[in-house]
Amino acid sequence: MLARRFGAQWVLRGVSLELRSGVAAGLVGANGSGKSTLLRLLCTLLRPTAGTASVFGADIASEPDRVRELVGFFSPVPGVYEDLTAMENIRFAATMLGRPAGSAASALERTGLASVANERVRGFSSGMLRRLSLARLLVHRPRLLLLDEPYNNFDAPGTALLNDVIRETLAFGGSALIVVHDVASAMPVVNEWFSLTGGKMSPSAAIPVGSPSPSIIPALGMSGVLH
Amino acid sequence: MAFRDEWLRARAVAWKDLMAERRSKAGFNSVAALGVTILVLFGFALGPDAEAIRAAAPGALWLAALFAGVLAFNRSYQVELDGGALEPLLMYPGARRSIFAGKLLANFVFVFLLLVIVIAVSLVLFHITVPSTWPRLLLVVLLGEVGLVTLGTFYAAMASRSRAREVLLPLLLFPMLVPVLLAAMQATKALLVGDVMHDAGAWTNLLVAYDVIFLISTFLAFDYVIEA
Repeated sequence: MLARRFGAQWVLRGVSLELRSGVAAGLVGANGSGKSTLLRLLCTLLRPTAGTASVFGADIASEPDRVRELVGFFSPVPGVYEDLTAMENIRFAATMLGRPAGSAASALERTGLASVANERVRGFSSGMLRRLSLARLLVHRPRLLLLDEPYNNFDAPGTALLNDVIRETLAFGGSALIVVHDVASAMPVVNEWFSLTGGKMSPSAAIPVGSPSPSIIPALGMSGVLH
Repeated sequence: MAFRDEWLRARAVAWKDLMAERRSKAGFNSVAALGVTILVLFGFALGPDAEAIRAAAPGALWLAALFAGVLAFNRSYQVELDGGALEPLLMYPGARRSIFAGKLLANFVFVFLLLVIVIAVSLVLFHITVPSTWPRLLLVVLLGEVGLVTLGTFYAAMASRSRAREVLLPLLLFPMLVPVLLAAMQATKALLVGDVMHDAGAWTNLLVAYDVIFLISTFLAFDYVIEA
């Protein structure tokens, strides 16, 4: 159960959610309903006003270091350094994450940025910046993906690539919580839907558009990642 | 192993900040220009009186370093805020003190280069001859810089979480820097006139004490000030 307020305004009023291994959950809700705040709480960028949550057994309040190792946050803001090249940006991320420098080259290759690896990021389009953020996520390979409006600015191949990354995470026993407005793009990977209204999670898991194909639902483990 | 990891992270943050600064160029040029302008204005204000100039030189030098340093400290977090890179930086696993250490290291190099320019201009402008005690003078300059950069980097982190960061940083920083600047200025002044009263040592010891206290307390408190 999580609650968070900014000043006198409660943004989350007691959200309870359990996300199992191998599950990608889609989170929908109106603007200002607290979706992004929930993701920021789970990735330790914000502290809860009340309540607690754990990520693969690590408490977000008392073990933030462990949580940060397990969680990858994909924000709508690219979060890159414009005066560095794409390669320098990803190598920096690799060092900060304790990953080998070689992982940067393969991540850029995978995201289709190898040809511009030595160019400064300042001139990149918004789609290329999204791919660069995705490359950082590939270097990290977290167990829990927290994706905030992940399909923004992606072309069709970019969307397919992102969905592949989500599937790979699920296949390795990870999970994903995806905040989406573009429900259609997320449909191929999401297997549970939730909605957040007025700072509270809907008790009935609403499925806004059809059901995902059973073939993409991986075998589910039962280890709780979020309480 | 953990220390080595933290050192690698701190080094990566410092390298990233310095590389971004070197490529943008605007930052260092404007900061150095401000430092030199302050010294030139002091030179004009003090007139041709050589004795007055020599007495005021240490104060002018450290004031130039202070004002130019404030611009540098603000910029070191502006790099993170411009591209929304602060959140990913805070999301990396490991102790956040390595981020502070990296920023501290980058700002130290940046302000050191600035001090080299400011001191060189001071020597020419204020007709100062390099004293025989120059190694001690260099030590005082480095100790003063450590205090200035430690507090500057720390309070810039605190101010970076506010929308009024440009106004907030001097308000927070200047009162805290008074003891460091006073000690650095007095020690510099004493060494420039040959330390006839033998008081440079006491001011230097005070500077060392301030540096140790500020280094330890800022490393311990960084986690709390960088939180949203």
